[in-house]
Amino acid sequence: MTTHYLVLSALLFAIGAVGVLVRRNAIVVFMCVELMLNACNLAFVTFARQHGNLQGQIIAFFVMIVAAAEVVVGLAIIVTIFRTRRSASVDDVNLLKY
Amino acid sequence: MEPAEIVQHSGGVIGVSWLMIVLPLVGAAVLLLGGRRTDRWGHFLGVAMSLASFVVAVLVFFELLGLGADQRRRLVELYDFLPAGTLDVKMGLLLDPLSISFALLITGVGSLIHIYSIGYMAHDPDRRRFFAYLNLFIAAMLLLVLADNYLGLYVGWEGVGLASYLLIGFWQHKPSAAAAAKKAFIVNRVGDMGLALGIFVIFTTFGTVAFGPVFAHASQASQGTLTLIGLALLLGACGKSAQLPLQSWLLDAMEGPTPVSALIHAATMVTAGVYLVVRSGAIFEGAPTAQLVVTIVGVATLLAGAIIGTAKDDIKKALAGSTMSQIGYMMLAAGLGPVGYAFAIAHLIAHGFFKASMFLGAGSVMHAMNDEVDMRKYGGLASVMKITWITFGLGYLAIIGFPLLSGYWTKDGIIETAMHHNPILGWLAVIGAGITGFYMSRLFFMTFHGRPRWDKDAHPHESPAVMTWPLIILSVGSVFGGAFLITGNRFMLFLSPAVGRPAELPSFAPFSVTGLVTLALVAVGVVYAWLRYGRSEVPAVAPRGSLLTVFARRDLYGDALNEALFMRPGQWLTRLAVFFDNRGVDGLVNGLAALIGGTSGRLRRVQTGFVRSYALSIFFGAALLVGAWFVVGNL
Repeated sequence: MTTHYLVLSALLFAIGAVGVLVRRNAIVVFMCVELMLNACNLAFVTFARQHGNLQGQIIAFFVMIVAAAEVVVGLAIIVTIFRTRRSASVDDVNLLKY
Repeated sequence: MEPAEIVQHSGGVIGVSWLMIVLPLVGAAVLLLGGRRTDRWGHFLGVAMSLASFVVAVLVFFELLGLGADQRRRLVELYDFLPAGTLDVKMGLLLDPLSISFALLITGVGSLIHIYSIGYMAHDPDRRRFFAYLNLFIAAMLLLVLADNYLGLYVGWEGVGLASYLLIGFWQHKPSAAAAAKKAFIVNRVGDMGLALGIFVIFTTFGTVAFGPVFAHASQASQGTLTLIGLALLLGACGKSAQLPLQSWLLDAMEGPTPVSALIHAATMVTAGVYLVVRSGAIFEGAPTAQLVVTIVGVATLLAGAIIGTAKDDIKKALAGSTMSQIGYMMLAAGLGPVGYAFAIAHLIAHGFFKASMFLGAGSVMHAMNDEVDMRKYGGLASVMKITWITFGLGYLAIIGFPLLSGYWTKDGIIETAMHHNPILGWLAVIGAGITGFYMSRLFFMTFHGRPRWDKDAHPHESPAVMTWPLIILSVGSVFGGAFLITGNRFMLFLSPAVGRPAELPSFAPFSVTGLVTLALVAVGVVYAWLRYGRSEVPAVAPRGSLLTVFARRDLYGDALNEALFMRPGQWLTRLAVFFDNRGVDGLVNGLAALIGGTSGRLRRVQTGFVRSYALSIFFGAALLVGAWFVVGNL
């Protein structure tokens, strides 16, 4: 019964992962990260339902809070970079290297 | 007769006999610490301290004579030297006929040489430093002979080694002098190791290093232990006394100023080995093997030294070869047991006089000839240096054993005793006496007789009175010393409380068969030397010479042997160690560092700065982990 939810979760995670790897726009990469987080949330909730306890649901809430905090910090960084470099491409931000 | 009991002593001059050591030590300290301020009067202080020490020695000597013969071993306790658990060394002085004989020789001849040095070193800017070292030597040598335990002896032993090193290298601006000083020090180190090992074994065997208890219990130790101690002490004696196989340093030691050669490398320090063997008589008497080795070393050295002496053109080196040879005689006698001790020490004292006189005479000649040492550039000096010629001549006659002079009595005593003990040793000693006759005559004729072969700018002249008076006094000793000591066994009786004596006193008959054969051989040597170096012309440049001459000239290849056996393998070893250190140890450490540095240098290229490539590596990492988990989980 819960298999369909897990397959959906895996699909969403795969889409998110591919997006993070192949897209250059920082906003899109960011959204793909959110997609992966929410795929995980779905998996947590599904397992909570399957095992009949609340632990997975509680963790899903934690993930949402962390994701919200992450969005605040991440978007601020992206906006600041865009202001100075006039670009939102992750490939242009490569100063911190060997 | 056994040696007398050692008696505790306090009061009198003997009670303050430590002044003998302290006075010259104070002199050395003042001169060394006072620096240039003491330049003007430093040499007088040095002479005064040495003379004061001599006066104390004479007073102690007479106080000892005042005691009964069996009371003449006095122990003066000074302080606790090393209170360390079971090793509790109390420093004290042992005043007995043996040590006081040495003390008189050291301070007496030492003072004369101090006085002589005032004139000899007059033009040297470092004369004060020279006297400081001489005083240091006197103090160390007196500690060596007066200490009542082996550790104190060892301190003095090292002290004279230090003084010898400083004085051989006194003119350290000459590379040859610096090298000679280093060589003397290193070769002596080998001997000192033997002495130190001997003292260790003495301590583990007897639980003490004080002479009294050690000698009292020596007969209870096993013969093997005593042999071990004896051989170790003999190694020490060989180093200090330039006996085979540690003889090589003495010839080079002649780089030092001539008074040093006379005092340290002829009269006193080099005889310390003989003192050690005679002092440790109780140990050697329990170890016949060690005694046999002592006599063999003595005979081998007396022949080797004599052979070396025949070929040297450097007057001081010829005398040094002769010193080696004469100490060989003393060692031979010291290895013969109580019957030989008195002859060994009597020859030592007589040798102290005539060899010091001849060395100082050689110094006087060098002084006159602009420090030339090559005898081929001397010749005919008898006419211009009368006093030096006569005093040197008396020393020369004494050493070759001219009848009734010092060397005749003491050396013949040794030869007779050796002959009685073992005819082979005796005949070898007789041959040595014959060679002595030859090489000393060669030296004497080349220097003082024949036609002058001087350099153009040499203007020989007699030395000042401050140099000739010590010569005169020493030559008196070389003429009468032997007869005084030997006739009526006077010295043997005097020495017996310290070293014991045979139950039957040797009856010394002048002109015995052995004595006559010796005299005949000596005469042959003298006549041959006269024919070759007195009557006929001496070439100014040394001829190539026979194989034997070259052999003798190269010190019997002693240096070559040392180089081949020790120096070169040692250098190889150090080179191997350096190579291993550079390539092996350093290579391992440096290689490891280079490996890590290189790896990280390559690895840092991974940090591209592209976020997506990091994401990819994280993805692959995660995939790998998951895959691994599947595999492991399914196992």
